[in-house]
Amino acid sequence: MKKELRLMKGNEAIAEAAIRAGTDGYFGYPITPQSEILEYLMEANPYETTGMVVLQAESEVAAINMVYGGAACGKKVMTSSSSPGISLKQEGISYIAGAELPCLIVNVARGGPGLGTIQPAQSDYFQSVKGGGHGDYHLIVLAPASVQEMADFVELGFDLAFKYRNPVLILSDGAIGQMMEKVYLNPPKPRSSEILEWATTGKPTTRERNIITSLDLDPNGQENFNLKLQAKYENIRKNEVRYEEFQCDDAQYLLVAYGTSARVCQKSVQIAREQGLKVGLLRPITLFPFPSERISELSDRVRGILSVEMSAGQMVEDVQLSVGCKVPVKHFGRMGGIVTTPDEVVDFLKLNIIGG
Amino acid sequence: MTEEILIAGFGGQGVLSMGKIMAYSGVMEDMEVSWMPSYGPEMRGGTANVIVILSSDRISSPIVRHFDTAIILNQQSLDKFESAIKPGGVLIYDGNGITRHPERKDITIFRVDASEEAAKMNMSKVFNMIVLGGFMKVRPIIKNESVIKGLKKSLPVRYHNMIPVNEQALLRGEEIIYEVRKAE
Repeated sequence: MKKELRLMKGNEAIAEAAIRAGTDGYFGYPITPQSEILEYLMEANPYETTGMVVLQAESEVAAINMVYGGAACGKKVMTSSSSPGISLKQEGISYIAGAELPCLIVNVARGGPGLGTIQPAQSDYFQSVKGGGHGDYHLIVLAPASVQEMADFVELGFDLAFKYRNPVLILSDGAIGQMMEKVYLNPPKPRSSEILEWATTGKPTTRERNIITSLDLDPNGQENFNLKLQAKYENIRKNEVRYEEFQCDDAQYLLVAYGTSARVCQKSVQIAREQGLKVGLLRPITLFPFPSERISELSDRVRGILSVEMSAGQMVEDVQLSVGCKVPVKHFGRMGGIVTTPDEVVDFLKLNIIGG
Repeated sequence: MTEEILIAGFGGQGVLSMGKIMAYSGVMEDMEVSWMPSYGPEMRGGTANVIVILSSDRISSPIVRHFDTAIILNQQSLDKFESAIKPGGVLIYDGNGITRHPERKDITIFRVDASEEAAKMNMSKVFNMIVLGGFMKVRPIIKNESVIKGLKKSLPVRYHNMIPVNEQALLRGEEIIYEVRKAE
């Protein structure tokens, strides 16, 4: 079936893609700049068509625990929020990771800390890829850079979540959530009626009961479980790294940026190239697993690397870990809801990497 | 071809919807488009602005600080964005309420007195379509028929009876826009 062309906001694209992906349930609580997700779903009322439940919970904490419950039943469930709301969900996220359940979480990030600002930021990188909640766990983190990817990563996110029985986070920001672009939407899929073998939907006489928990008081049992989790993350690191390259083939200097910053940096590459500077861009699409290997390979060929994020410098640590001391790695970014401009990036690059 | 456009004015003037109509029209002509609003307090009055990019190629950054064309609808926005127009670029403004007129000599300046015209037509709601008509006259990137097609696609059917009025406003905008000064 043909894909349908629409002009949509990133937030609306996530909501529409969720309906079309055959999602069983969405549980959320409004917060700028992602409220359009809940609003769109409420207006679309998919319960009448696909049977998808859309519920405004009494709080973010309630919403993530509804997701926990739905996921334990093997259902395709999701939630969304923005930075302060995602902080509230962290306990539930840790439990879901500890219970090895699939689900989709969307963070349309805004500036922090605290209530911060409603404008876009990328200062939730550490929270997204290094844990956020307690315990040794990882989410699979997808970073869309366009409205098209906001839609595409819903289905991809669910696929990965169920493949690995692991929560998946879409880390977006207010700019991509609020912006409108063309988007090609997949034809709708019906919800699945399959009952997964591990799902806690009631015990038949034919098998032992299924137990879903993140608790094991026996230290040996808990250590073995942690080893199993780590083996899963290693497997994810091996198989699920995704990235995109722009003009890296002959690049002497490399920009690394994701999401909105990656869009800005595409223009920086154009501007730099017009000035005769051979600059390329690597855009991580998965932030966990991080494209460390590819960055390491590229660092053998370039003279310097600039990590560009709308933060004080978080992803830059992973870039540095990938590169070691082979070439200088620096960070540039604006904070507090200010989106870096393409010219600023080029100016910083010239002053601190090329000239420095 | 890439045209980076800023539209700025008061909340409630139809700034964001004018941008949306431009973007829809671009889609009708198979262009790549992006529409990046300022969001937040602006939605509740005060100043509002939106960046619209229309391009024949994949759009890199949806957020830019220099514009090929700026459509300015109040004094605050003129003060803030006059310097953000690229040299040789275009400024279109409505003279209503403007006490300090644009001063730059290296851009081409057009004036479209859409507020006054909308009041004359007794149709304050089509104000932004008059402005859009003016834009289309001096920057012929999108076609009149694409705007109408875009309106038909984006408006609920119950509002389709409003389309002829909007079309009339577009044409009026084309008629009343005039050049104040050419770029030196």
